Amino acid sequence: MNTVEIHIKRRPSPDAPQHWEVFEIPYRPNLNVISCLMEIRKNPVTKSGQQTTPPSWDMNCLEQVCGICTMVINGRVRQSCSALVDNLDKPIKLEPMTKFPNIRDLIVDRSQMFDHLKRVHAWIELDGTHDLGPGPRMDQEDVMERYAYSRCMTCGCCLEACPQYDEDHYIGPQAIAQVRLFNMHPSGAMDREERLQGIMGDDGITNCGNAQNCVKVCPMNIPLTKAIYEENRETVLYGLLGWLKK
Amino acid sequence: MATDIKIAIVGGGLAGLAAAMKIAEAGHSVDLFSVVPVKRSHSVCAQGGINGAVNTKGEGDSIWEHFDDTVYGGDFLANQPPAKAMCEMAPAIIYLFDRMGVPFSRTNEGLLDFRRFGGTKHHRTAFAGASTGQQLLYALDEQVRRHEVAGKVKKYEGWEMMSLVLDDHQVCRGLVAMNLRSLELKAFPADAVIIASGGPGLIFGKSTNSMVCTGSAVAACYQQGAKYANGEFIQVHPTSIPGEDKLRLMSESARGEGGRVWVPKNKGDKRSPSSIPENERLYFLEEKYPAYGNLVPRDIATREIFQVCLAGMGVNGENQVYLDLTHIPAETLDKKLGAILEIYEMFVGDDPRHVPMRIFPGVHYSMGGLWVDFDQRTNVSGLLAAGECDYSIHGANRLGANSLVSCVYGGFIAAPAAIEWAQNVERNGSNGSRVYDQETKHQQEINDRLIKQSGKENQYKLHDEMGKIMTDNVTVIRYNDRLKQTDDKLRELTDRYDRISINDSNLWATMALPHARQLRNMLDLARVITLGALNRNESRGAHYKPDFPDRDDPNWLKTTVAEYSGEGPVFSYDPVDISLLPPRKRDYSHEKKETAKA
Repeated sequence: MNTVEIHIKRRPSPDAPQHWEVFEIPYRPNLNVISCLMEIRKNPVTKSGQQTTPPSWDMNCLEQVCGICTMVINGRVRQSCSALVDNLDKPIKLEPMTKFPNIRDLIVDRSQMFDHLKRVHAWIELDGTHDLGPGPRMDQEDVMERYAYSRCMTCGCCLEACPQYDEDHYIGPQAIAQVRLFNMHPSGAMDREERLQGIMGDDGITNCGNAQNCVKVCPMNIPLTKAIYEENRETVLYGLLGWLKK
Repeated sequence: MATDIKIAIVGGGLAGLAAAMKIAEAGHSVDLFSVVPVKRSHSVCAQGGINGAVNTKGEGDSIWEHFDDTVYGGDFLANQPPAKAMCEMAPAIIYLFDRMGVPFSRTNEGLLDFRRFGGTKHHRTAFAGASTGQQLLYALDEQVRRHEVAGKVKKYEGWEMMSLVLDDHQVCRGLVAMNLRSLELKAFPADAVIIASGGPGLIFGKSTNSMVCTGSAVAACYQQGAKYANGEFIQVHPTSIPGEDKLRLMSESARGEGGRVWVPKNKGDKRSPSSIPENERLYFLEEKYPAYGNLVPRDIATREIFQVCLAGMGVNGENQVYLDLTHIPAETLDKKLGAILEIYEMFVGDDPRHVPMRIFPGVHYSMGGLWVDFDQRTNVSGLLAAGECDYSIHGANRLGANSLVSCVYGGFIAAPAAIEWAQNVERNGSNGSRVYDQETKHQQEINDRLIKQSGKENQYKLHDEMGKIMTDNVTVIRYNDRLKQTDDKLRELTDRYDRISINDSNLWATMALPHARQLRNMLDLARVITLGALNRNESRGAHYKPDFPDRDDPNWLKTTVAEYSGEGPVFSYDPVDISLLPPRKRDYSHEKKETAKA
């Protein structure tokens, strides 16, 4: 194989329609999708020899830990930095994620995911940053479970794959897993109720359809379905208690 | 005294977020600028851990010992008072992150666990799996989001700083930033500006750095009069995974947890590593440095690996050596190093639990950066710096796991210093809106010129050429003739830059114009690095010249300071504050000599 053919779904601006363009670059071993895009932007000419604009995409760490370069590759949502050409079916098809506003080409705006974090109070309510000594002692087993949730890089794969998630109808697994992360922490648990309220509205946790796509596409192997199960239980109990208190 | 203070912070990594959190907590306003959403900053790439002398292992570790290791590891080029102040603050920083909920690994009693890192004999490194930077950054991101909800922090994500706004007295009054989608340029007034924009790894083309690590914001400050110090000190990390698009870091924690570096004793031995018997392996670091073994500081490990490969002893005669973890139980590895093993597996395809990793040194960190005083203030009034972009802590070589702590320390010192400046500065000195309009117009002219110009040069090819010559000549081994050639080449590239074409007719969310702006700035910083190296005729820490193989304290125990001029950097030299520890020879083949406590 001497060349790699790459199809890119382009969009010049948010209100313009999408169209496909086909590129071809020389094959080298160990290419990933990002290095293909870098090659294309150096000389943006389509396979048929047409001069075009260079594709725009997001990239940063290139180690699958910042989450920014997420796109749909051959129909599957994943990070483009860790998508190795040697392991992909050809031609390679690159599309932007579909659940978020498409800015240009492969760039989407995922700020709604950061808004979710505000809504579920995804932080510990510190007394202050002055020196108050160490935090609570914790069992390594609990730490390991929290560590798994804390690896979420807000990439959006789970939301892209979730059949229920569509902007504002369901808050989605990303935020629910963060509720789990903070509710498991001894200090975090003190604001447990605020977090539960954040996932209990009309677009809350009960909208999960149990398709379990989220956990299959999560690049960090976060036990998202476990988080949904645990938080579902917590919200039910909390709702019940709230009703009894009335 | 002003009470409605607004401070602009450039960069949303550990240093920038640490400063933002402190300023917001003090009740003041922050405008936070970041090229990417702050949660995606380069700090996420830090893996191994964060240093602090907590002495939970009963090894007699102390703040003084941490300080001594830091200064000794940095080959005595660091000013000692700030290095000591950082070591003093380190345990409290770790405890604060613990309180913020970072899932640090624990001991049997549920206390924080610590592991070993390079350049020390103590277990001093707290860690969250092998993705500590990610966890620390997220903790600060969460706290800053809390202040954002409270209205104290306004984020400008997807905005890149182009320049400072200076008044007629060279006082910093804010900055001009560019919206990376619309290319809109806008001036943002501020009572003080803190630069926390990280390192300049992209100058070397491929490095372990993220794609935002261009050093562009720092270069802009330099062009406007900020001093740049010790630029020639570039850390090349001993263990990275070579790739087509970048060099991926393989954390020092792999060696901290027992990883061993070796090559076959027989040159060109083609056998698979597992079938090479123990006595036919050359554990060259352990042999040469019995006291520290695989945990010698990075500059030393890197040079040894480099020399082994230059001598043709690399695995399969190529530029690679083994980093071997296969003698450690897979379960232990998964628990302590899972995240980095996954990275290796994902990008190389081999399972490092069973097959030794193949690694080679890669450009990793800049010890040099904006010159700052002991309160993180640059020489430009109203401009401060913190994190990798300042030069202050690490001297000629940074110890592993000291970067995370220095970023947070820098942010924590810069924040009150910025507030103090802002409370006392005369505001009408900013001449109304004139200075803001002028600077915005100036930046617009630069953009317009770039957009219009239609030359034959390709900016990405210029970047490749710069990266290649910098990597070839200004990294591990440096020769004066090649450094001169490199500077000639950099000047040639700067000439050719004037003939680039943006090559993107669609300016909406284009990557081309921002890259062109960054490239121009990188070229200026590349010259600071190269000429600083050319001038320094000695070997110290990461700066190694075979023609001047020894450290030369009488002539070179001094800080390099570069100032911008149209013709290139102008160099001067400052004394190093060695008031706490008298310089002594570094020797990692023996135990470190006990040092007198102050």
